[in-house]
Amino acid sequence: METVKSIAPICALLVPLIAIPFIALAGQRRPNVREFWTILASVIMFLIVASMLPRVQGGEVIEYQLLTLFPGLDLNFRVDAFGLFFGLVASFLWIITSFYSIGYMRSFNEHAQTRYYICFAISLFGALGVAFAANLITILIFYEILTLSTYPLVIHEETPEAIKGARRYLTYLLGTSIAFNLPAIFLTYTVAQTLEFSNAGILAGKASPLMIAVIFILFIAGIGKSAMMPFHSWLPAAMVAPTPVSALLHAVAVVKAGVFTVLRVVFHVFGIDLLSEIGLGTALAYFASFTIIVASIMALKQDNLKLRLAYSTVSQLSYIVLGASLLSGKGMMGGILHIVMHAFGKITLFFCAGSILIAVKRKNISEMSGIGKKIPITMFAFFLGALSIIGFPPFGGFLSKWYLVLGSLEANQIPILIVILTSSFLNGAYFLPIVYRAFFGELDEKLNDAHEASSWVVVPLVLTALISMVLFFYPQPFWRLAALTVKGLTGG
Amino acid sequence: MAEHFPILVVIIPIMASFIILLLWRTKHRYEWHITTAATFLSFLISLSLLNTVFLSGPIRYWLGGWEPPWGIEYVVDSFSGYVLVVVTLVSFVTSVFAAKSVKKEAGEGRTVSFFALYSLLAGGLYGIIVTGDLFNLYVFLEISSLAGYALVGVGKKKRAIVASYNYLILGTIGATLYLIGVGQLYIMTGTLNMADLSQKLPAIFESKVIIAAFALFIVGLSIKMALFPFHAWLPDAHGLAPSVISPILSACVIEVAAYAMMRVMFTVYTPAFVFKVVPAKEVFLLGGGVAMLVGSYLTLAQTDIKRMLAYSSVGQMGYIILGLSFANHTGLVGSIVHIFSHAILKASLFLVAGSLIYKTGITEISRLKGMGKKMPLSMATFTIGALGMIGIPLTTGFISEWKLALGALEAGKWFIVPVILLSALLNAVYFGRVIEIVWFKTDEEEGHGHKEIGKHEKTSIDEAPLSLVLPPFILVSLSIIFGIGAFIPVTLAEKAASMLLGMP
Repeated sequence: METVKSIAPICALLVPLIAIPFIALAGQRRPNVREFWTILASVIMFLIVASMLPRVQGGEVIEYQLLTLFPGLDLNFRVDAFGLFFGLVASFLWIITSFYSIGYMRSFNEHAQTRYYICFAISLFGALGVAFAANLITILIFYEILTLSTYPLVIHEETPEAIKGARRYLTYLLGTSIAFNLPAIFLTYTVAQTLEFSNAGILAGKASPLMIAVIFILFIAGIGKSAMMPFHSWLPAAMVAPTPVSALLHAVAVVKAGVFTVLRVVFHVFGIDLLSEIGLGTALAYFASFTIIVASIMALKQDNLKLRLAYSTVSQLSYIVLGASLLSGKGMMGGILHIVMHAFGKITLFFCAGSILIAVKRKNISEMSGIGKKIPITMFAFFLGALSIIGFPPFGGFLSKWYLVLGSLEANQIPILIVILTSSFLNGAYFLPIVYRAFFGELDEKLNDAHEASSWVVVPLVLTALISMVLFFYPQPFWRLAALTVKGLTGG
Repeated sequence: MAEHFPILVVIIPIMASFIILLLWRTKHRYEWHITTAATFLSFLISLSLLNTVFLSGPIRYWLGGWEPPWGIEYVVDSFSGYVLVVVTLVSFVTSVFAAKSVKKEAGEGRTVSFFALYSLLAGGLYGIIVTGDLFNLYVFLEISSLAGYALVGVGKKKRAIVASYNYLILGTIGATLYLIGVGQLYIMTGTLNMADLSQKLPAIFESKVIIAAFALFIVGLSIKMALFPFHAWLPDAHGLAPSVISPILSACVIEVAAYAMMRVMFTVYTPAFVFKVVPAKEVFLLGGGVAMLVGSYLTLAQTDIKRMLAYSSVGQMGYIILGLSFANHTGLVGSIVHIFSHAILKASLFLVAGSLIYKTGITEISRLKGMGKKMPLSMATFTIGALGMIGIPLTTGFISEWKLALGALEAGKWFIVPVILLSALLNAVYFGRVIEIVWFKTDEEEGHGHKEIGKHEKTSIDEAPLSLVLPPFILVSLSIIFGIGAFIPVTLAEKAASMLLGMP
């Protein structure tokens, strides 16, 4: 693997930061100018990220050493296939979400929209920083930036309920990070004397199995953003946020930054050889399985649509961790691919939830009978997104689940296979009744003059639904990036 | 000129104090201008001193040309140079803030005596830092403390007088214990010069008198730095003092006491004594750890913002003491960086509290609703300062936390890492509560929800004047600048730690 130096990752990171003063200056008085800057920033950021694609696909790793805080603590960036994978997903969906945000926020005449767009830009800065971080300290810094910048977004409504939810959000994310992630990093540094990610892992042969296990547990518990049980309840609590926030951040950027960090730690701090030697991979796989099943069952019970989606996210995130923890080539491939497949599927569903809220002002599933007749486009997109999450062909979700199934067979883990199949069944059980009720249920008479939300809202959700279908037929470049990552890890 | 810098840094603010008094009855009093100019000059001099020390080693200055150990010696080395810059910086920035605040809080008629005492306090603190003589240190300790007692009493609330009185009693006990220690050393060795003492003491390390003197020093200075369980005077004194004095007390006075303790431990008594002859490691580990937890825990219960910040200082002193207990370089670096980090952060937080009092007179946390919209700059400063106190990466707070935790692991004291992190979490809780109220709680209960656009954007901005907003902002910016350019404080602290531990 060839390493090249380039300032491109820094440029991509700077884009949202540069946009912030412009967004702030335009302010509430000139909303169109303000939104123009958001869109411009998101497009430029995506283009810069995408410009790194050919080189990374060619097997190169782009590095940039920004500065040394002091000897031992460096702020370094490193764009490898895995980092670019996540960077592409986050930056691309920022564009779509920006359009959707405009439609959504204006439909509701939301207050403090300037603050909203500024915090959104900072969170994307944080998410991209996580993607491009080259070591544990850099990833921690951006992880915290992401936590802190999304807090004002979660508390946006400023109602007592929002304040309560946001408090839980911050407590869980900041709390686990300080209580577990930080000591894990301290221990790693003491043991390995470095924090730089490496394909072979940095802990192998440096400490006793007990120490390795302690560090591992601390890491898994400390990365609260991956929403593994028992540290999952911040995610449902975060659903008080406006829907675009739930869509981009709590289905993609924040939670995926969490699982991305877990995978980084599993792959590039511990290394798959070390984990399989100690058997920690299998332990994590069962731990993730528990979350998958329990969260799916909890999703069944939710009547609030966004809460149901949130629990579904909790469950789906653990698929990604599960795939990685199988430590087999196909399993890891499935886990990594699931990042993008779930992202497109779930963001569609959240977009639809927002669109439903605008169109019929309903949040609860039980009140959504027959709305499919009034807002068919939204509900059909919802149907497509749900199919992708369940894992039907021809949707992207099928690909990642297929690899997960193969991975569990490759690793000889039949119980895991059963978990995946059971959960897919549960996915269907909590998503399809919504669709059925919407199209075949009896419409509430009060909703007779309901109509689709503005095209700012509808076009993005149709787009993401279509893309999750396209990803089945044409999973490039994600497929290739995932394959490159796995190749780097297994060395063959 | 430049060779007299070590004495100038002390004498300028003390002279300023006299000049202010002399001009009392005249028409043109300029008490604030003189104080600010004096502290600014001291700051510039201390920068120059640190630069010299860093480039060409310690400066030894003989007062009046008398050779030590007979004469008094002033020593600016990598440790005192570093602390001197921190303390002069904070006292200068605070005195900039004082212009408007003091007039309002102390009343027009008392500004002269206020600034005279302020200069004296500053001069006393600088003196403690540069002196290389144990008794001279006592003199400066008393100069700064007496000025401090009086200044606490200027506080607006009636209880400030009581607080000042308590501070006086306990502070005097602390100083007396210190003085007895000095006397015992003098009887045993016949010298008061620190460098000279460190030569003569090793021969009599086992002597009961020497060990007792050490205990007296540590307890005396612990009272001065309000280390738990000697903290009882601090919350009242720091919480009720005038807005300008609280930052000086919390960011300079107790830190300088910690500095004096480290001086006595490492320069007078050598590391060999501290870590081998007496069980200082265990005592500091316990003292520091308990101070961190209890200090942070007590902070949680506070409803008054200044009192909350004051209690937080009790916990933060625990960090500094904890770093000493690991008996290794990394831990000591953590302590020394924390002196800097806590000084600038706590000073800026107290100054923001001062702006709040200046604009609104409110100190109850629960009544700060909607302040973020009224005073956005001050509250942003407060928020960043709070993040620094919690120890979020890219602030100086993170660096000391990092070094302390690594020091603990290096010393095999892994069980102290959870204590450090728990304290950070408690910090996050009590600061998070304030941040939530300030930014997101609104007066009307139902919140914003979906309402007319622009309706809530109209809350008028009513920010404090620039001379009140800028000082804390500068300090907080420094916390970020040196949190990113962390090699600067870390390099300085490493040098100081190596010197204190007698490492090459």
